Amino acid sequence: MSLAFNEEQRSLKDTARDFARDNTPVEALRQLRDTQDELGYSKEHWAQMVELGFGGVIFPEAYSGFDFGVKGLAGCMEEFGRTLTVSPLLSSVALSGSLILEAGNEAQKSKWLPAIAMGEKLVSVALEETSRHNPQATALSAEKVADGYKLNGKKTLVIDGHVADLLLVVARTSGQAGEQDGISLFLVDPEAQGVDVQRTVLTDSRNYARLELSDVVVAQDALLGEEGQGFAPLDKALDVARICLAAEMFGSIQEAFERTVEYFKERKQFGVLIGTFQALQHRAAHMYTEVQVCKTILMDALNALESGADNAPALVSGAKAKISEVAELVSNEAVQLHGGIGVTDELDIGLFLKRARLSQILLGDERFHYQRYATLSGF
Amino acid sequence: MSDSKAFRQEIRAWLEENCPESMRSKAKPEEQVWGGRNIQFPSEDARVWFERCVEKGYCVPDWPKEYGGAGFDQKQTRIFQQEMTRLNCRPPQVNLGIWMAGPAILEFGTEEQKREHLPKIARGEIRWCQGYSEPGAGSDLAGLQCKAESDGDEYVINGSKIWTSYADHSDWIYCLVRTDSDAPKHNGITFLLFDMASEGVEAKPIELITGETHFCQTFFDNVRVPKKNALGEENKGWTVAKRVLEFERDMMSDMESTAVNSGQSPRSIGQKFLGDEDGRVTDEVFRHAIAKHEVQRRGLEMSQQRMIDEYMQGIGDPRIAMIFKYVGTEEEKSKYELMVKMAGEHSLGWGEGYTENEIQMTKDWMGAKTHSIAGGTSEIQLNIIAKRALGLPEK
Repeated sequence: MSLAFNEEQRSLKDTARDFARDNTPVEALRQLRDTQDELGYSKEHWAQMVELGFGGVIFPEAYSGFDFGVKGLAGCMEEFGRTLTVSPLLSSVALSGSLILEAGNEAQKSKWLPAIAMGEKLVSVALEETSRHNPQATALSAEKVADGYKLNGKKTLVIDGHVADLLLVVARTSGQAGEQDGISLFLVDPEAQGVDVQRTVLTDSRNYARLELSDVVVAQDALLGEEGQGFAPLDKALDVARICLAAEMFGSIQEAFERTVEYFKERKQFGVLIGTFQALQHRAAHMYTEVQVCKTILMDALNALESGADNAPALVSGAKAKISEVAELVSNEAVQLHGGIGVTDELDIGLFLKRARLSQILLGDERFHYQRYATLSGF
Repeated sequence: MSDSKAFRQEIRAWLEENCPESMRSKAKPEEQVWGGRNIQFPSEDARVWFERCVEKGYCVPDWPKEYGGAGFDQKQTRIFQQEMTRLNCRPPQVNLGIWMAGPAILEFGTEEQKREHLPKIARGEIRWCQGYSEPGAGSDLAGLQCKAESDGDEYVINGSKIWTSYADHSDWIYCLVRTDSDAPKHNGITFLLFDMASEGVEAKPIELITGETHFCQTFFDNVRVPKKNALGEENKGWTVAKRVLEFERDMMSDMESTAVNSGQSPRSIGQKFLGDEDGRVTDEVFRHAIAKHEVQRRGLEMSQQRMIDEYMQGIGDPRIAMIFKYVGTEEEKSKYELMVKMAGEHSLGWGEGYTENEIQMTKDWMGAKTHSIAGGTSEIQLNIIAKRALGLPEK
């Protein structure tokens, strides 16, 4: 499999680039932030994105998808990362869609996947419980009761949770926090009794929520996949989302880096362009090498994932870890190398810094993922 | 069956038939065949393997047949190399002629020069060394002062070169000399080829921190060289020199995969010294560092493939090639630092009490320090990236 996008994938990526340039430039994020938009994303833009087919890229044709593969979606995510485009693509399509595809029965798939692909419904995964990503530490309890389950516990950092039409709640039906066995997945209606969804506002002006479940009773058919066996499909779906997020981060990294290099060619100090200073040239050149390595690592992981290679999970972790490190490097350097204007709200670079840090910790930071890589690689 | 499939089968069959079993592993330093007038073979198998490859032109598979190569095109050469790697075949000979002098002569040489030098390189008859750096000209290579004065049909050379690898075992040198002291420094350099057996040439080995002595300082005292030995035009040697530096950079970025070393990796060292019975590295900080090393290493290696794949898709970007030497040699240094931290005294042994393999690790750690200096320091590589990949302005 090629480490370069093919013509079809490039054409889809170009569509994403043109859409983002014309409709969701960084200014669109500012507007959502400054108007304290209730939804936190633009329904209009999302409808346009669905119209262009981005909602169905990874789904099979049977579920209103285009069966274009995760590589196709990742190319789009990269372009949306360049403009910090806000959309439910990561939460509803890449993560929730993949999870339903992996774990769902036929009825669940045919009900939810076309609705996600067509943008009619938004679905969010409620996973995190602590400050650090750690799926197997899930503790939220799901107790077997007559005709169903009773859920109790809290979730945090639920991406797009406040606008979700359906929550996929990761819960524990048996065993101890820290064990992979005993994790189960449930479809929960956010309107159901005992469900409290609280929007949280974070520095990247994207959308997250906290969730509190108090004696929430769901029916037996709310179970997604097998009881106690939720970890495996969850991990698979997370990998799709992790690589899509890494692709988005890679787009943001490139944008912040390129803007910095351009600034080197405009800004004068001591009577000369600052780009002539070797101390600065070397920092930019080092970042260039890191960006290039990231690109390879991203493509390598995408290929492994798409071909179902045994080492795909390890390579996805490698990619999320490496790209998280480089996101930190480049976002910090971009601010520093812009000098005073770099810490103003007026300049977009600050928005890239904020998004970089959030996306670094989302779905596992470099520490989580290097450890996971090691576990999966047998050391 | 496609042509390339048939070609692959032909190569595979030939290698399986002709590469002796003992030649199917990485060669230790003393097992390498360097070629030259005093060619030496560490074993009978090495001789047989060398002779069979020479006969087919396989020491330089991509060179034209008339110059001693196999005449393979780019695709065939890649298949050939893949098949060599598949069987883990050693290169039949290693030599600066194959890596640098030969490709430069192919690109810039006259027909006469090609016919004189290339077949001898292909057949391992002449061993080359490189006369680039001088005591006063390291990173500022173009500031070189070794002088070649015109005297009729000859140049008379005076001065010295440093870091001339294996100069004391080499037969010919490709050497940068100053033929015009008044011109701007890049415009007064000539790329000259001459015989190390010439009167007035002396090579003295330099001992490195690793204990190795393959680098030399080489002195020229009124050495007379025919003017027709210039590669390219007089005073235009810098163009040739830069091209050769690119060959060198490409070769050195690949050093890690071809290098002869202790055969240890951060993972194997981590498991040996810090692993539990299941092979899990118990120290989380080292575990993180090993993973980080492996991800970066693979990223670097796959970047070569990405470059090719992008060209195949018509979206190739030549700038990627500029990262390899810097990323490769810097990564190699951090890899050995990591191994030293985990193995402790077992990777710093230098004599009694330590195995040969442990001492090799010590040498590898120090040897890596030379790689980010030789062939253009990391800082020079960053200069090149800043200027040519990013288009940053010069003062």
